[in-house]
Amino acid sequence: MFEIFGIPSTALFGQLLIGLINGSFYALLSLGLAVIFGMLNIINFSHGAQYMMGAFAAYLILQYSGLGYWPALIIAPILVGITGILVERFFLQWLYKLDHLYGLLLTFGLALIFEGVARNYFGSAGLPYTVPDSLRGGLNLGFMFLPNYRAWVVAASLVVCFGTWFVIERTRLGAYLRAATENPTLVRAFGINVPRMITLTYGFGVALAAFAGVMAAPIYNVSPQMGAELIIVVFAVVVIGGMGSILGAIVTGFGLGVIEGLTKVFFPEASNTVIFVIMAIVLLVRPAGLFGRRA
Amino acid sequence: MERVVDPLAKRPSVLRAQSETIGFVVMVVALVVAPFVTYPLFVMQAMCFALFACAFNLLIGYVGLLSFGHALYFGWASYLSAYSAKAWGFPPELAILTGTATAAICGLVAGSLAIRRQGIYFAMITLALAQMMYFFALQAKFTGGEDGIQAVPRGHLFGIFDLKNEMTMYAVVLVIFLAGFLFIYRIIHSPFGEVLKAIRENETRAISLGYKTDRYKLVAFVLSATLAGVAGATKAIVLQLASLTDVNWPMSGEVVLMTLVGGLGTIFGPVVGAFVILVMQFKLAPIGEWVLVIQGAIFVACVLLFRRGVIGEIAHKLRIRL
Amino acid sequence: MRRFMGLAALAAVLACGGANAQQVNVKIGVLSDMSSLYADIGGPGSVAAAKMAIADFTKDHPNVKVELISGDHQNKPDIGSQIANQWFDVDKVDLIIDTPNSGVALAVSQVANQKNKIFIVSGAAASDLTGPKCNANTIHWTYDTWMLANGTGTAIVKTGGDSWFFLTSDYAFGHALERDTMAAVEKAGGKVLGKVRHPLNTNDFSSFLLQAQSSKAKVIGLANAGGDTINSIKQAAEFGIVKGGQSLAGLLVFASDVAALGLPTAQGLILTETWYWDMNDANRAWTKRWQQERQGKWPTMIHAGVYSGITHYLKAAVALKGNVSDGKAVVAQMKSMPTDDPLFGKGTIRPDGRKVHPAYLLEVKKPSDSKYPGDFYNVRATIPADQAFRPLKEGNCPLVSG
Repeated sequence: MFEIFGIPSTALFGQLLIGLINGSFYALLSLGLAVIFGMLNIINFSHGAQYMMGAFAAYLILQYSGLGYWPALIIAPILVGITGILVERFFLQWLYKLDHLYGLLLTFGLALIFEGVARNYFGSAGLPYTVPDSLRGGLNLGFMFLPNYRAWVVAASLVVCFGTWFVIERTRLGAYLRAATENPTLVRAFGINVPRMITLTYGFGVALAAFAGVMAAPIYNVSPQMGAELIIVVFAVVVIGGMGSILGAIVTGFGLGVIEGLTKVFFPEASNTVIFVIMAIVLLVRPAGLFGRRA
Repeated sequence: MERVVDPLAKRPSVLRAQSETIGFVVMVVALVVAPFVTYPLFVMQAMCFALFACAFNLLIGYVGLLSFGHALYFGWASYLSAYSAKAWGFPPELAILTGTATAAICGLVAGSLAIRRQGIYFAMITLALAQMMYFFALQAKFTGGEDGIQAVPRGHLFGIFDLKNEMTMYAVVLVIFLAGFLFIYRIIHSPFGEVLKAIRENETRAISLGYKTDRYKLVAFVLSATLAGVAGATKAIVLQLASLTDVNWPMSGEVVLMTLVGGLGTIFGPVVGAFVILVMQFKLAPIGEWVLVIQGAIFVACVLLFRRGVIGEIAHKLRIRL
Repeated sequence: MRRFMGLAALAAVLACGGANAQQVNVKIGVLSDMSSLYADIGGPGSVAAAKMAIADFTKDHPNVKVELISGDHQNKPDIGSQIANQWFDVDKVDLIIDTPNSGVALAVSQVANQKNKIFIVSGAAASDLTGPKCNANTIHWTYDTWMLANGTGTAIVKTGGDSWFFLTSDYAFGHALERDTMAAVEKAGGKVLGKVRHPLNTNDFSSFLLQAQSSKAKVIGLANAGGDTINSIKQAAEFGIVKGGQSLAGLLVFASDVAALGLPTAQGLILTETWYWDMNDANRAWTKRWQQERQGKWPTMIHAGVYSGITHYLKAAVALKGNVSDGKAVVAQMKSMPTDDPLFGKGTIRPDGRKVHPAYLLEVKKPSDSKYPGDFYNVRATIPADQAFRPLKEGNCPLVSG
């Protein structure tokens, strides 16, 4: 046991591990945002609200059908993904020809609506949702107590993140998608239904947010404002990583989780601000982000 | 951003050429009459927000830069104005000047960092800077944290006019608002303003014509921040308090909403938008639960259907400039 | 003739419900957070409580007519101040009540003082309202930060929790709560082993909880509120803190928070409140009526405070024969009369505006001990009224000289 800057090493490793766990959350959430912006050029400000809807869907599924965490992990993202598809069809498709910023404003408005409706029906204190029995308890690692649920979060996050990255960057479907965003007319000429791909991609991005929401429900307070609190941080992550880059979002998500964790140890009061400081610096030095493609 | 086709090219007419003057006269008359028919405190607050929205509109409507962190200047001016009046005993005119100066300095620093980038990245930097200053406000002792700075004295303007008298205060706020409004008008209709509009249309072309666009953008940014500061500093004296609400990002979002509803790139749009949003907030206060939903619905409707905003639509229909 | 009428009115007041008493017309405004963070601890529930208070009082006093309005301050001091100004100036409101959120409450307190009207704070916690910021138009009902800190801190140390670690929200309210509780703990003979400050609205507490765990303190004091408290408790359960032998002290927790957490997560949590729905039959009966308007929800002490405050105000209004335009006079009247209502029992209002009544140390039950919905707490101890609140002399209230 040795000390680094006055903090015992065991505590430091514990915090690093926790930072990694948080990072996996950020990565999962920013993944959906990066997919939507990278593929569709839409700044989805309602991502936080859709994350919240995922958590609420998990709660409602439990209330009305008795199905617990594991089925909810699949059903909730599908349900919320469908609402995403409806949003795209009814609202977003009219904005593609306009400036990015209109998409931002529209999704911002939608986020307010979702949050307001949730608050009206469920109040703002929050709803109870517990860790599923199969994941309760934890492992005593010596330097800290690692809850099983947190370990599961890291594992699931890694799988989903790299799975998505693989599909988009390494498969034919992903190639079609990337081509469609660069030159939709040409791709349509090849007989591929571009509007449908776009709709489904948006739905997928939203489903990713909802998936993160279900993962969050057992450990974070399930409240209407849970998304609003996170959305700014997630945007910072995506901007730092590079707004078009899937890999950037994943790596930055994990990385920032670790940095935030370290800040919490050495300088806890600043742990909120550190992400924005980094974002400002990155934007000034490398505006496309660490992994981004366009300036 | 979308642009209304220049109406001047199509239909010359006395009405159109003087539409802005007529609009101004209508506005002044309405504001002079207002305190006798409605609650003066409300109109004063609305004027402060209207000035804030006009300052914001200068940047988005005429330079094409969306600042997502304008609450920084509004809020910090409000804090310094409140603090200098309360703790340092400044008379109101000095307090407002202090607040304004604070906003100008913040605008200079933030602007020089932010204008290096365009579009969404510009917006994100302004947001990041605003968030950092929000957390600073949360922790700093003098801002009073969650409680804010309360019981700010109204004081005596120039040592003579007692601002506790509502009508005197109203007159002062009206003068400040009109001065700010006319200043913005002057900026827009000056050669400097023409260059700004050129930058909004096509920055590369403006650069190729020899204009140092970065300098123009920075000046516009600082002007916008300073005027937002005037609004914030005045509001602190009127309402006699400054709080975290003024520096938080929902406030930045609200000023975007006000300008969007009123009409981006129009002179009177932000004023109308500010009044509309504030009236809505107060009328809906009794059924508070739906405020958020309605605000969101208005955002959505404006973006999809009324992109020009209230004043923008009127101006478009009548083919005049407002 | 006049003396006879005077005696009759007096008799009517004393008999609490004479038929020929003076007509009393008042207007009351419930200013609360209807739509965000505090909507469950105050909000529409406070309006429901207000309606009940008015209905119960006017049943016995048919000469009293009360008009009730409500408004949402959205947790913004600007809006709260604006509404208060408008209500007092334009809408002729005589009394504003509730107002969770100390920032808004302080602003409204100023407005009430300026306009010489009345403000009864049920929702907000800042002990400054009866301290340096006290005024002759404001009465602080239900609870405050000093009572919370002292009640929970002292009582826990006395029951064996003598080593503490603080998890504090890093802003004025959190600091104040931490400072007051630390003082109470040390005065009672306990030790503070350490503290960590977290930013407001933190999502993830794992690193802070880790530090709390390694401090090996017997008690982890949560000097935070709202979503932060709920998140800390939820995640503490995840990290097995309570199972590991440490207990959690919630310095500001309401019944609605416990409902949001659910008993499996919140069990063992120790907190202080001044009213709990299940403590006696009167409370239970009242709660049943309240729930007719607020289905599925549980009343908090703030709602009870609104009921109690309005009841006492109306008594004062009757005693003053309906002359309620001078706020300071009404408040003085309220301070001179002892309070008595079915929810808080007997109590008094001090010269500094502080309403005093007993406080209760509560512990959240284990799920197996909970027999029915809403059966949240075991009552661990009762703190008598004269010890529950900060001593009058220590407040630095300008109204209390010397």
